[in-house]
Amino acid sequence: MKLHEYQAKLLLARAGIPIPEGRLALTPEDALAAARGIGAPVAVKAQVHVGGRGKAGGIKVARTPEEARDAARAILGLDIKGLRVEKVYVERASRVRSELYLGVTVDRDRRRPVVMLSTVGGMDIEQVAAERPQAIARGWPDPRLGLLPFEARRLCFEAGVPKEQVAGVAALAERLYGVFRSADATLLEINPLFVQEDASLVAGDAKLDVDDNALYRQKELAGWKEVSAEERLEEQARALGFSYVQLDGDVGIIGNGAGLVMGTLDAVRNAGGRAANFLDVGGGAKQAVVKAALEIVLSNPRVRSVLINIFGGITRGDEVARGIIDVIGEHPPHVPLVIRLSGTEAEAGRRVLEGAPLVSRETMDAAAAEAVRLAREAAEVLAP
Amino acid sequence: MSVLLNAATRVIVQGMGREGRFHAARMREYGSQVVGGVGPGTGGSERDGIPMFDTVAAAVDASEANASLIFVPAPAAADAILEALDAELDLVVCITEGIPVHDMLTVAAVLADTRTTLIGPNCPGAITPGQCKIGIMPGENFAPGPVGFVSRSGTLTYEIADALTRAGLGQSTCLGIGGDPVIGLPTPDAVRLLNEDPATEAIVIVGEIGGSAEEQAAEYMRAFGRKPAVAFIAGRSAPPGKRMGHAGAIVSGSQGTAESKVRAFEEAGIPVANAPSEIPGLVRVALRAA
Repeated sequence: MKLHEYQAKLLLARAGIPIPEGRLALTPEDALAAARGIGAPVAVKAQVHVGGRGKAGGIKVARTPEEARDAARAILGLDIKGLRVEKVYVERASRVRSELYLGVTVDRDRRRPVVMLSTVGGMDIEQVAAERPQAIARGWPDPRLGLLPFEARRLCFEAGVPKEQVAGVAALAERLYGVFRSADATLLEINPLFVQEDASLVAGDAKLDVDDNALYRQKELAGWKEVSAEERLEEQARALGFSYVQLDGDVGIIGNGAGLVMGTLDAVRNAGGRAANFLDVGGGAKQAVVKAALEIVLSNPRVRSVLINIFGGITRGDEVARGIIDVIGEHPPHVPLVIRLSGTEAEAGRRVLEGAPLVSRETMDAAAAEAVRLAREAAEVLAP
Repeated sequence: MSVLLNAATRVIVQGMGREGRFHAARMREYGSQVVGGVGPGTGGSERDGIPMFDTVAAAVDASEANASLIFVPAPAAADAILEALDAELDLVVCITEGIPVHDMLTVAAVLADTRTTLIGPNCPGAITPGQCKIGIMPGENFAPGPVGFVSRSGTLTYEIADALTRAGLGQSTCLGIGGDPVIGLPTPDAVRLLNEDPATEAIVIVGEIGGSAEEQAAEYMRAFGRKPAVAFIAGRSAPPGKRMGHAGAIVSGSQGTAESKVRAFEEAGIPVANAPSEIPGLVRVALRAA
């Protein structure tokens, strides 16, 4: 789960990391009042869960409160990579001498947290990593000890931080690591970290992703969750206990197990089609879950055929079959269904489905090919 | 021969709730030696004929277990793994899904100082067909034979094992290592075990998008491979930035794409199947050439 900049900065401030004075605004008038309170010049920044908002016109500098109001008017309601801007953050403009990058994330290969520091601030760190890997200093603290003072100092010297700034940057890095740990973050970045003209440090931006698996113990952060219009189906699916991701093809997919569903998506692609979604009903899915899954997939207007691929382990083929029969009985689907059942109770499942209006195939490849063919057929019927 | 588990393995089950009891029973049917269960406050009782213990230490003392299977719910799962590590077991398998990554970072740091092998979390477990199963996979889809198999997926593992078995290609040991970002036995380490196992004549590596474990496994096989390998990568059609069910299955930036993994395997001379159904054919060709 992603936090907004203003939320991440609140957590930084609580940990004693300096942030510019700022206020949230939901309307241009709010922004005017905020800029008056803070004192111009200010930056007006879109609060949306995507990167690259500056390039998309989501950040403006205002020299007067009135300019801040106009900037907010221009930014609020803006569409940035498909997301509508609902709020802006009005923040005192910093007097920047230089910029740093400071971030913490999980290094999967080393199975350690990794702290990264670079004197090339304000840029996309992946791009810096690709073009000038030596410009990023990295340290891998022991999670049981946290980022130790000597590790933080070493990072500063390795990154080429001027020596009069080392103590300040190192202390800030230790605090940042503390927030990373206490917020169950999977990513926490200050980019850019400003060195101001008076040599003080201040967080120019902040990005924090919280581990979804830890939300049960991050009650405050869980309460900050916002669901965008396009994530609504995905959120609804999560509440029902399965995992759904919307894609842009026309073959609806239901399967059990993340790997098998990914494999099914690939089988559809191999057959020349495009999947409309990823949907994993999880292990041990019962009748009601399968029913809900099928309803979610069918509610996507782009879907022209549905492919159900179940390899029974914990999940039982007959349970799945009964869920399908339930949906078909209540409201017959407007698109063809293709099913492939294998594993536990697959035979019993096939018996339940006998006579139902759907196509059954023995293998994943054959089922995918049939679903793609049916989707194409439907598309041709619709075409003039 | 096999790796990590065989007919002599003695396993305890931590977390004898509904799932734990169900799978303990399936494992015994398969022939695994299930010698105890652990649940605080259950010591001295029995469940389904399995003696129960309050702590892992007590269970190991009484039963001489050398392996554990964990079904404890996510909030307490890391503690359960640490308890198993403290008891110095040879093998710990954690099925639990949804463990916070920071908990697993702590576990990984402790694990590095032990001689225990941890499989999982969020995995189907491990099986040496015909000898011992520690996990939740349906045993009937597996058969003894020469193919070593490592996979980050669950059901996809059953699908491929079933295809191999139907094609007459049995398995030495299958390791379902799990789909989380931080796991106990990453793909390269699992591949190394199978590469060094005399009973394994060919290796099947099933990866997913996300991370760079497959690239490292390919690099390892290029340098040290003693036997042929075949690979499959799930998620070739996944868009970047979307988590495909598994917390670990996400392409972020240039990291973890299927293309990069396929290229790494091909450069190491390891053929990559386009679909799971192609795997048995590629394995047969590889075995014939070896």
